[in-house]
Amino acid sequence: MAYGNGRSYGDVCLNPDGVLWTTKGLDHFIAFDDETGVLECEAGLLLRDIQQTLVPRGWMLPVTPGTQLITIGGAIANDVHGKNHHVMGSFGDHVLALRLLRTNGEVIECGPTEKADWFAATVGGMGLTGLIAQARIQLRKIAGPWLETENIPYTNLDAFFKLADGSEAAWEHTVSWIDCMSRGEGRGIFMRGNHVAAQEGPQLKQGKKTVPMVPPISLVNRATLKPFNFAYYHFQALKSGKSRIHYEPFFYPLDNLLEWNRIYGPRGFYQYQSVVPRPVGQDAVRAMLQEIARSGEGSFLGVLKTFGSRKPIGMMSFTQPGVTLALDFPNHGERTHVLFARLDAIVRDAGGRIYAAKDARMPRDLFESGYPRLSDFLQYRDRGISSAMSRRLMGS
Amino acid sequence: MLKKIVIVGATSAMAEHCARLWVQESPKVLVLAGRDQTKTERVAQDLRVRSPQSEITVQVLNFLDPDCIHEWVEGVTADGVPDIVLIAHGSLPDQMDCQQELGLCEEVLTVNGVSPALFAEAFANPMQRANRGTLAIIGSVAGDRGRKSNYVYGAAKGLVTRYAQGLQHRLARTNVKVVLIKPGPTDTPMTERLKADGVNFAEVSDVAKTIVVGVARGTPLIYTPRKWILIMMIVRHLPRFIFNRMDI
Ligand SMILES: Cc1cc2nc3c(=O)[nH]c(=O)nc-3n(C[C@H](O)[C@H](O)[C@H](O)COP(=O)(O)OP(=O)(O)OC[C@H]3O[C@@H](n4cnc5c(N)ncnc54)[C@H](O)[C@@H]3O)c2cc1C
Repeated sequence: MAYGNGRSYGDVCLNPDGVLWTTKGLDHFIAFDDETGVLECEAGLLLRDIQQTLVPRGWMLPVTPGTQLITIGGAIANDVHGKNHHVMGSFGDHVLALRLLRTNGEVIECGPTEKADWFAATVGGMGLTGLIAQARIQLRKIAGPWLETENIPYTNLDAFFKLADGSEAAWEHTVSWIDCMSRGEGRGIFMRGNHVAAQEGPQLKQGKKTVPMVPPISLVNRATLKPFNFAYYHFQALKSGKSRIHYEPFFYPLDNLLEWNRIYGPRGFYQYQSVVPRPVGQDAVRAMLQEIARSGEGSFLGVLKTFGSRKPIGMMSFTQPGVTLALDFPNHGERTHVLFARLDAIVRDAGGRIYAAKDARMPRDLFESGYPRLSDFLQYRDRGISSAMSRRLMGS
Repeated sequence: MLKKIVIVGATSAMAEHCARLWVQESPKVLVLAGRDQTKTERVAQDLRVRSPQSEITVQVLNFLDPDCIHEWVEGVTADGVPDIVLIAHGSLPDQMDCQQELGLCEEVLTVNGVSPALFAEAFANPMQRANRGTLAIIGSVAGDRGRKSNYVYGAAKGLVTRYAQGLQHRLARTNVKVVLIKPGPTDTPMTERLKADGVNFAEVSDVAKTIVVGVARGTPLIYTPRKWILIMMIVRHLPRFIFNRMDI
């Protein structure tokens, strides 16, 4: 089982009692064309190294998730998405070719037109079709490292959807933080941004902070959640309005807070990310927020975002037209699982799915209903590879 | 004029990460010497993407042949001595295998001890003549005291330590600086086999940072990570009756 940088929240990159192939040493650039923006590199290269090397030369990855501490292989295997899905689609949409090594010794070179079936199975294929050794990626041109951004507080879901719809045409990046403790109303902060041609802007602050230790109990609990979310909302609301900001803090706010996951204490946390189709999206999200408020569980980091209408390339890619809600929950054992079962029911009824990159517990039937191309995909699996997730959800 | 840096053993993970930091600072003239064309070329290609303004060449030679080494160093220094020479090659064998097989034992001693010393000697002459440059050699904490679990490798690295010391003495009154680097266990492909034992390995990128800073300052002796100064001081001074009871 290939292992990138282990930034998946669940068990997709784990293989208890089995072998993991670390791709740490596969971190070489192979070629970059400054004219066309085509990058060729090995699959263990971190997105951070690509951004830091090529942004000063006017090129950037077209799609990046909320952390740049992930590998090219991990980005392809989970077909990750960013804040600009409605404009750029997901990571796999910008991959021109990849080289897949199979445990039977086969080497498969594939891309959107060459061996397109292998490509579709491998993009979003959770590392189960073989090891991605190299990839060729189309970068996008940028004028500089800065974005013009705007933060807008909203007080309910109607307002969120109006903002989301009204922003899609003119804004490339849109996302929102949502206060999941606000009784199903869905109060939050809508953030949008565009790349700007400006030659000036705030410089990066140096220095990283580290959460120094794992506290004996989770710092995220009933006593802290409400006040935190309340304070965060009002603090951000104060800062509302336009500003120019460097791409790093805008795209990767958690990367400079090292080991932030420690705040959840020794038992850790789960992330629950779902997507539901747009027509039923508003009702489904409201129902989920109500369940969460009723359960008393909750999270600091609620993220709500609409996906565009672009269909993903991968058979098992997560993104689909609709609205996605992502939340972290401290692991309170049974209590947390009861809540997840309620959320699952809402997602199932809405015809939605759960993101495998962040999952460690979804039931098999929800996986099967959420990913209708599963049986196609299984034909491309590498028989020599399995993971905790594949055994849990595919039986082998 | 771009600074010129020669790296012997350029495919070693530590050397490679140093090279990345050097070209990130500013474009350089880099000469990468290796034993394998394809592997060294892969390192060079990566650096060329990172720093298109750098001039990077790959040279392959026999690291065990004194005549080859001598001739090659003359070639590399013909149009001026480098600002920095980093000698970084090595291989980590299984101690048990060395105890069984003298051929392997000899190879390990040569690759890790004799060969780096020959390179250092070959560069020392032109650098002394030019009265400039920094000669950096990667040794190891393993060279500080022989231990049953890796004394063949340790003996070779001990040779490097003494050699560097001697060169430092010889060149003390010149402008040539000799830097000896002693890394502790570091997460590189060379140590892959040991990782399962649960040893706490340093990140190679952090180790490289310390080396690059130390080389720029001309620090004579660098332990990296720094905690190894203290650990090895204790290990070196432990009385034999205690040391011999330890399973290390
Ligand atoms: C703070 C944070 C924010 C995040 N934000 C987002 C977000 O906005 N959008 C989003 O989509 N995701 C997001 N994620 C999830 C993350 O982007 C994905 O989990 C990503 O796939 C992790 O990459 P990795 O290199 O760490 O891979 P790992 O987690 O190590 O592995 C992930 C999968 O990729 C496979 N894999 C890795 N390398 C290879 C290879 N060379 N060949 C074949 N298979 C391989 C593994 O087998 C595994 O199935 C976030 C994660 C964090 C921690």
